[in-house]
Amino acid sequence: MLCQECGKRPATLHFTKIVNGEKTEFHFCETCAREKGELIPGTSNGFSIHSLLSGLLDLDPSGKGQSPGAKMAQTLQCEECGMTYSQFSKLGRFGCSSCYKYFSDRLDPLFKRVHGGTSHVGKVPKRTGGRIQIKRQIDDLKKELQIRIVQEEFETAAEIRDQIRELERNMAQG
Amino acid sequence: MSNLRFTDSALSEWMRGNGQDSDIVISTRVRVARNLQHLPFPLLATDQQSGEVLERLTDVLKNKDDLQDFGDLHVIKLSEIDELDKKVLVEKHLISPNLANESRNGAVILTEDESVSIMINEEDHLRIQCLYPGFQVREAWARATALDDVFESEIDYAFDDKRGYLTSCPTNVGTGLRASVMMHLPALVMTQQINRILSAVSQVGLTVRGIYGEGSEALGNLFQISNQITLGQTESEIIENLHSVALQIIEHEKNARARLLGESKLRITDRVMRSYGILSYAAVMDSKEAAQRLSDVRLGVDLGLLEGPEIPVMNELNVKTQPGFLQKTYGEGMTPSERDMYRAKLIRETLGTH
Ligand SMILES: [Zn+2]
Ligand SMILES: [Zn+2]
Repeated sequence: MLCQECGKRPATLHFTKIVNGEKTEFHFCETCAREKGELIPGTSNGFSIHSLLSGLLDLDPSGKGQSPGAKMAQTLQCEECGMTYSQFSKLGRFGCSSCYKYFSDRLDPLFKRVHGGTSHVGKVPKRTGGRIQIKRQIDDLKKELQIRIVQEEFETAAEIRDQIRELERNMAQG
Repeated sequence: MSNLRFTDSALSEWMRGNGQDSDIVISTRVRVARNLQHLPFPLLATDQQSGEVLERLTDVLKNKDDLQDFGDLHVIKLSEIDELDKKVLVEKHLISPNLANESRNGAVILTEDESVSIMINEEDHLRIQCLYPGFQVREAWARATALDDVFESEIDYAFDDKRGYLTSCPTNVGTGLRASVMMHLPALVMTQQINRILSAVSQVGLTVRGIYGEGSEALGNLFQISNQITLGQTESEIIENLHSVALQIIEHEKNARARLLGESKLRITDRVMRSYGILSYAAVMDSKEAAQRLSDVRLGVDLGLLEGPEIPVMNELNVKTQPGFLQKTYGEGMTPSERDMYRAKLIRETLGTH
């Protein structure tokens, strides 16, 4: 979500202001909040998370609607659930998990701005995350292999190398 | 269904306990968002598809062995309870407003002590939430991930090698993990250090939510600190980051309280006592004033300035003074001014001053 003030930096301070029972949400980056001298300005009307997010996903930042990138994005569509990229950018929500695949090219910049990172490094489900678990196992074994070679433990190194090959074969098959 | 026992009492079992640092951290919440493979997210799911999600997720409960540690689990379908009960579940933080209002085939699974609530067909198919008293970030995560493991052993989650757990909203993708602590920071507000501290917090990947009234003071001096990032960090990095930052804020609040006691004990005592007096005898009390007075009294009790209600009673009042609960207690269809009257009455009765 972007800061509602500058529209550039991610908003990290969120406030709900209640005046006469009416709720208003504010979203600021740290810099703008500080520049305001206080955290809460008393202005502005309703601002929803979704509209902020859709600002972030805006198809055409130039506002001219003519750039080739924007044109391509308009025709992007998830073949699984039918959601178009332009719908996604308005709703700020994916329709199904395949949307991640069909919109993939456009997601890195978005994730970079929202999260700083673009790749998952956390927990992996045993049932559907098999490949990534094997991949991580291989990476670990490769590090181990390097250590063994440096320490001239060649017999163990050979065993580890075989394990890596076996795992890589499994991955290629499945 | 008229007899929903989870909405009879404002006090969840978990609120009776005092967690670590519960004079400053009210509660800790951790949730993980998950979705089933090959089914559209609730936003686009048909009735039949969301029904299938509900059925497959509740089927997991039949596997009793894995769930023994969690005690009895109660499945509540939102279509089967009335609007007021929904409202009360929201006020107790057991379900989200989103689930109460919009969800098709929405349901919640609650543990006996109400510390775990599993929402089905909210924004994501599955949201596992653990709510603990006091400062228990690690404990709450341990419980949430253990429950996640149970579901994971029976269900194929939507998961991608690169993006991790796939969620409806791009802000949850990756770990699907949102961890937060609700902190009561009156001394940092009074000593005007709060802005500086909240700004610092926002620079380390955390976000702050506060509720403000008409003035510049936070309503009830309550601030929720939670992680902003869900993609590109491991769960333990997220948990430990929140843990260590919250610890530092606790430390700052403690120092500010000590300073207040040292420099302006009489002024603080007066403020606390006045608030306690007003809560004890007022005939009309709006929600904003209630939040502020309750904050003062909580601080007074924490600082030993007042032999007042214990923390569970204060937690109970925070929930009970909200609109849904007031109507549950005193009857539906109140006007706002009637609500203010009943709120005052309820506070007087809870404090034993009638
Ligand atoms: Zn800004
Ligand atoms: Zn899709």
